[in-house]
Amino acid sequence: MTGPQQSALHPAGPDAEVIAQLAWVLTGGAAVVFAGVLVLCVLGLRRQRTVHVRWWLWGGGIALPVLVLSALLAFSTLRSAQLSEPSSQHALKIAVVARLWWWEVRYTHPGGGEDIVLANEIRLPVGQPVYLGLSSADVIHSFWVPALAGKVDMVPGRLHGMTLQADRAGVYRAQCAEYCGEQHARMALHVVAQSPQEFAAWLTAQARPAQVGEGALLAAGRRAFEQQRCGACHVVRGVSEGAAGRPAGEGGIGPDLTHVGSRLYIGAGTLRNDRGALAAWIANPHAVKPGVRMPSSADMDGETLRALAAYLEQLK
Amino acid sequence: MRILVLLPLAWLAACNSGGPAPARLTGGDIKQGKLLLAQYQCGVCHQITGVAAARGQLAPPLDSFGQRSYIAGSLPNTPQMLARWLIDPASLKPGTSMPAMGVSEEDARHMAAYLYSLP
Repeated sequence: MTGPQQSALHPAGPDAEVIAQLAWVLTGGAAVVFAGVLVLCVLGLRRQRTVHVRWWLWGGGIALPVLVLSALLAFSTLRSAQLSEPSSQHALKIAVVARLWWWEVRYTHPGGGEDIVLANEIRLPVGQPVYLGLSSADVIHSFWVPALAGKVDMVPGRLHGMTLQADRAGVYRAQCAEYCGEQHARMALHVVAQSPQEFAAWLTAQARPAQVGEGALLAAGRRAFEQQRCGACHVVRGVSEGAAGRPAGEGGIGPDLTHVGSRLYIGAGTLRNDRGALAAWIANPHAVKPGVRMPSSADMDGETLRALAAYLEQLK
Repeated sequence: MRILVLLPLAWLAACNSGGPAPARLTGGDIKQGKLLLAQYQCGVCHQITGVAAARGQLAPPLDSFGQRSYIAGSLPNTPQMLARWLIDPASLKPGTSMPAMGVSEEDARHMAAYLYSLP
C-alpha cells in the first residue's frame, strides 16, 4: 500500500464493508431509477401515442415505487443491522480524547501501571475487535476512519463508544468530521493496523519511559527542552513529567512526547515526522498550522533548534 | 563592416545575466531530485518551485538557485559544496538551523541537480 488510505470505498474492516456495500447498492438503485425515468421521458417526447393513464398511474406511480423502494429499504435496514454494536467486551480498549486540534490516545497498561498516553496515532492488532471510548475536552468533534468504520460524534461531557476492526494491515487516515474551528482540516489521526506480535512489541515499547541516547547533541537537546519550558505543556515520561501539581498520568496541555519519534506524523497529521519537520514545527508552528495553541520558540539559535529536534526524533 | 555591427551584439550577449542558469555538472537526475526534495520535506521551510507543497516561509526561497553566488550567504555555490551542504549543513556553518536530514551523497547530487535546474 502506498501512503495512508482514507477512502470509504476501499473498506478494510467489517463495518466499513457494510457501509461501502450500502453506498454502492443504494447509489446504483437510484441511478437505475433515474435512468429509467429519463428513458421514459425521451420516449414520451419523441412519439405521440395513446397513453393508458390508469396502467401507468397504478403500475408506474404506485406498484413500481412500492416494490423498488421497499426492496432497497429492506436491504439497507437488514444490512445496517449487521453493523457492530459498540461493545467493550472481549475487545482491546483504547480511549480517545479529542482536543483543539489533536487527539489524545490512551491505552491501558498491560502490567497494571499508569495509562500509556500518546497522540494522533492509534495502533491496533489486525483481526481483533477494538473498542474506542470517545470523548471531547472542548467542542464537538467527530471520529471517522473511512476505511474502517462509520462516524461517531464526540460531544463534550459525554462518552461515546465505537467498535472497529481492521482486517488488513496498513495505515488508515482518520479525519475529524465535525467542523471544530480554524484547524479542523488539519485534525487528522493515523490508525496503524499491524500483526498481533508487532502490536504487542509496540505496546511494550510505548509503556516504557523515554530512552535518551548518548551524545553531546542529544544532551544539548534535552537541556533545550527544559530551558524552553516545553515541559509546561508536554510530558516526556521518565525525563520531564510536566508541570507540578498535575496528577500523575494526567498528561499535559499538549501531546505526550515520550515516544514522539516513533510516530508517523506530527501536528495531528500535518507533517511527516522527521528531524526537519520537527525543527520547522518548533521554530514556528503557526507557519504550518495557523491558530495552533503551541507558541513559536523564542530566541533559540540554530544549533539549539537542531539539537532539540534531534532529541525529540530519537524519542522512539 | 558587418563585423563592427556584430561585435557589440556578441559582447551584449556575453554579459546577459537574465538568461537561463549556467549548466552545472552534478551528475544527478533532475526528476529524481524533485521527488527527493518532496520526500525530505524541504518545502516545510523552503519555497521551491515545482516541488509538491513546498511553500515554507521559515528559510529562504530556492528560486534561481543556479544564479546565486553563495549558499547560505557565505559558501561558494559549487556543485560539490551544495552536495556537502545538503548532507550536513552544520559542518559547513555551525550556527545554521538547517538540520542534517540523513541525506546520502547520491540523493544530494540529485537534489542539487534539481535546484540548479530552477529558472
